[in-house]
Amino acid sequence: MSIKSIKVLSRNPDHYLRETKNDIHKVQRNYDPDLHPFEAAREYKLALNAVKLERVFAKPFIGSLAHSEGVSAICRHPSRLACSFTGTVEGELKLWDISHKKCEWTIQAHNGQIWAIVAAPDGGSFFSVGNDKTIKRWSLQRAQEDNDEFPIDTWLCDSIITGITHHRYKNEFVTCGERVLLWDANTKAPKFSYNWSTSGDRNDASVVSIKFNPVETDLFASSDQANNIVLYDTRAKEVKKLKMTMRVNALAWNPMEAFILTAASEDYNVYSFDIRNMNKSNRIVTLHEGHTSAVIDLDYAPTGKEFCTGSYDKSIRVFRTDEGKSRDVYHTKRMFKVNCVLWSGDNKYILSGSSDHNVRVWKARSNQKLGIMKTREHAAMNYAEELKRKYGHFPELRRISRHRHLPKHIYHATLEHRVMKQSRARKEANVRRHSKPGTVPFIPARQKPVVGLEDDETNMPGSSVDHENDT
Amino acid sequence: MEMASAVTEKKKKRMRGKKPWQKRNILQSEVKDGVRITEYNSISLREIKKPSTHIYPGRKVIDPKLLQKYSKGEGVEVKSIGYKNKYLAHKLKEKEKAFQEAEAAAARAEILLTETSGQLLAEDDSYTSHITQRDIRDAVDITSAAKSFDLNLNQFGPYKMRFTRNGRHLVLGGRKGHLAAMDWVTKKLHCEINVMESLHDVCWLHTETMMAAAQKQWVYIYDNQGIELHCLKRMDRVLKLEFLPYHFLLCAANETGYLTWLDITLGKEVIRFPTLKGRLEIVCQNPYNAVLCCGHSNGTVSMWTPNSREPVASILCHPHPIKAIDIDPTGRYMATAGLDRVLKIWDARNLGECLQSYSVGSGASSVKFSQKGLLALAMGNVVEVYRNVTNGGASEPYMRHKSGSTIRDMQFCPYEDILGISTYHGYSSLIIPGAGEPNFDALEANPYISLSARKESEVKALLSKVPAELITLDPHSISQVDTPRLQEKLDAKISLLHIRKPKIDFTPRYRMKGKSGSAQKFKRKQKVKEDKQREFLQAAILQRDQFMEEDKKNKKEKSKPVEILDRFKPKKKS
Repeated sequence: MSIKSIKVLSRNPDHYLRETKNDIHKVQRNYDPDLHPFEAAREYKLALNAVKLERVFAKPFIGSLAHSEGVSAICRHPSRLACSFTGTVEGELKLWDISHKKCEWTIQAHNGQIWAIVAAPDGGSFFSVGNDKTIKRWSLQRAQEDNDEFPIDTWLCDSIITGITHHRYKNEFVTCGERVLLWDANTKAPKFSYNWSTSGDRNDASVVSIKFNPVETDLFASSDQANNIVLYDTRAKEVKKLKMTMRVNALAWNPMEAFILTAASEDYNVYSFDIRNMNKSNRIVTLHEGHTSAVIDLDYAPTGKEFCTGSYDKSIRVFRTDEGKSRDVYHTKRMFKVNCVLWSGDNKYILSGSSDHNVRVWKARSNQKLGIMKTREHAAMNYAEELKRKYGHFPELRRISRHRHLPKHIYHATLEHRVMKQSRARKEANVRRHSKPGTVPFIPARQKPVVGLEDDETNMPGSSVDHENDT
Repeated sequence: MEMASAVTEKKKKRMRGKKPWQKRNILQSEVKDGVRITEYNSISLREIKKPSTHIYPGRKVIDPKLLQKYSKGEGVEVKSIGYKNKYLAHKLKEKEKAFQEAEAAAARAEILLTETSGQLLAEDDSYTSHITQRDIRDAVDITSAAKSFDLNLNQFGPYKMRFTRNGRHLVLGGRKGHLAAMDWVTKKLHCEINVMESLHDVCWLHTETMMAAAQKQWVYIYDNQGIELHCLKRMDRVLKLEFLPYHFLLCAANETGYLTWLDITLGKEVIRFPTLKGRLEIVCQNPYNAVLCCGHSNGTVSMWTPNSREPVASILCHPHPIKAIDIDPTGRYMATAGLDRVLKIWDARNLGECLQSYSVGSGASSVKFSQKGLLALAMGNVVEVYRNVTNGGASEPYMRHKSGSTIRDMQFCPYEDILGISTYHGYSSLIIPGAGEPNFDALEANPYISLSARKESEVKALLSKVPAELITLDPHSISQVDTPRLQEKLDAKISLLHIRKPKIDFTPRYRMKGKSGSAQKFKRKQKVKEDKQREFLQAAILQRDQFMEEDKKNKKEKSKPVEILDRFKPKKKS
């Protein structure tokens, strides 16, 4: 025989099969690329599946909290995730345990609408302002014991107060209405009054929204009926006043990049300003569009990467801060005009109060899985996310991930607005074509909504008390 | 004084950029009883870095050749991006690092591969090709010896055969209708039927539970009990079947030159078209990119995808009709055998480059690559196996076997050292040491797969079914940047030069007072149409003229001869 040595592949099946049912599965791996063909194409298919599953599991609505009236204000507790306050248009104030969908406390707080609620930074108390020209401060502890009907403190004003915001840590808060008033929580009279009313017209200076900056804590911004956005500083009394073409309904500061101020406008758009460039033409950093009616309220996610808006078009949209188009849009058959929105402190939920007597709880990411996940499930989710990131730019994937079913009225309104926009652009082009070159300038879309900036020292508002002394 | 200052300056220069504790090799420095005591480090830092003095020198260095095997490509040139966008550059760098880590981890995991490849050595005075199957059977262990067996099937031959992808199951199809499926390792017969028609080819589908058989008129699908599941009437008079496992496509080549791709998950035909190349009998798939390769009687090999009615590639391989082709499992090499008794090895990726050419004693009727790169040639009733065919080292056969009758079909069994040959009078499996891949990947193909694992892997495979549109010559094209090719650029240019009127779809609004009669409506429609078309044409012509002018200008600038004194001319400002 002429065989010197021989070896033939002969595997012992015991090494590859499990002995009993309770044994672990033996999975032999060999990462040789030749044994794994079509790596890219298979990955692409998996990415496609991941995107489809994302849309399959996109069920953002979790539940609703019923009220007896339309909800007009909503506020979160600074440190407790499940605790939220809501106020209705008939002056009812409610304290909610969101995780159990349970109303812990109800009280008729004001005569008429509650315009705004804000929690004190320590979380022990919260303020509400209403149509009855009062500011009321409520104790959370006493509210939860459910035996109290009276506020801790009440401030009386001479005019209706439409908004309130609290300083990040000082015992101060600012209210707005006909005038912007700075209050110390310990005294009954306002500390300072910022009075912009120059024309004497009451409507001119009626301020609709006000917000303290969470980082540069002495800075706050307001928006008023005269289409102005005004920036104040409690120390220097220095102000900047930006005139817009349309009214701004709500303001919000980016909690992580506090120089970004986002304004929900009556002209269906949301604008993000860089307040460092307020006097330059590039002040609007991002123009967020998508709503088909006036945007009423907005709130930032605690990460500062996203915010949600509520609009009169009966929908809620979620925007990424650096993108112009919305990431998602939430709507239901029964939801009516949205008055207030809130992003929860754990970045997982969105609350929206609408005029159909409901506060709705939504997931912040519509396909998010709630509850505890197994490690393998987590790994699969992470893999799917990575695949989506890797292949997300492919047209088929992009089409699926971007598609949203919209209610008829929004769908048609969007089409109509598009036609209107096109026709306006066409008209402008025609005008430009038939006029002397250079007379019709090109104005970028980000500059159009702004009329101009009023920034001179002479026009600075003084306290109303000072004014009286002068005269 | 001056000297001293110069010295201190020098010192300063040396010390610049160093932190105070890095100045000297100070181990410890403290003030004790008003006197500073400083302990100096006797070993310099450079000495510490030496790996030889270190107890634990770090992870084992991976062999660069091994890394090359698991390489995922060259990677991105980060430097060129870094100038403009540091953030992006950092991101890319991180990504690149992740890729490298993955490569290294895959290379390190090779230590976990337990099995080694088979081999055969002959005594110094003899050749391995003289070793017979009986010698091998006597030499190896009993389980391996049991893998070499013969089946005498005298009645219904000649036989076609096919192994499953995990190498566990075998299907035999006799020309006279005999169809049998078996687990050839345990010799357990799944089914044995006679289809009562002529049988031209057999093929497993994605699992061992289903097989396709090309019969006299149509293609039929049977399950492993021999029950007819489907009759595919879209595939008629088929001579050759191929199954693309990752695309779930059953491909059929037909007597009249038609190619058909059928998605077996939906039962829908993807495409069917005539190749216009005559009878298609010599067909194989490229496992690397799922392209079908057909050998023709004019000596060409054409490659087909379901996305084009033209061949994606066509090579003139032999001056005579082609008898057999095969592509190796890695997709690197293609072997063709012609009637001219020449065996040629081609680079299957860089088409048109013939790597090797061998003259074979008599015309090969079949060629087959094994997983480890052995090449089997069937010539009449003799099968010869060669090693190192791709790099020209195959001067004599590695093994040789003479069968009782003419060989009709053969295939190397995946993950086993077995070559199965089917003849006019049966089937025999030959032991060819070193043919199969020793280490399988259980998630791709597992010879020891359990029933539940098979079910699960079937679901997984279905979920990652690759769309038929992605079949291209280069399977990585989906992960590459889509740059317009020269032809596309030319087409774009041509389309710019040949302007066509656009179609304008316009429905006139209804108007009162008899203005919406059909004639009026038509007139209005025509007017709008003409206006819009005129507008478009004017713009397009303007664009074309601009383009032409630019083109001319470029040509003029190029054609101008350069004179010596031109260098003194003022430079143009761009």
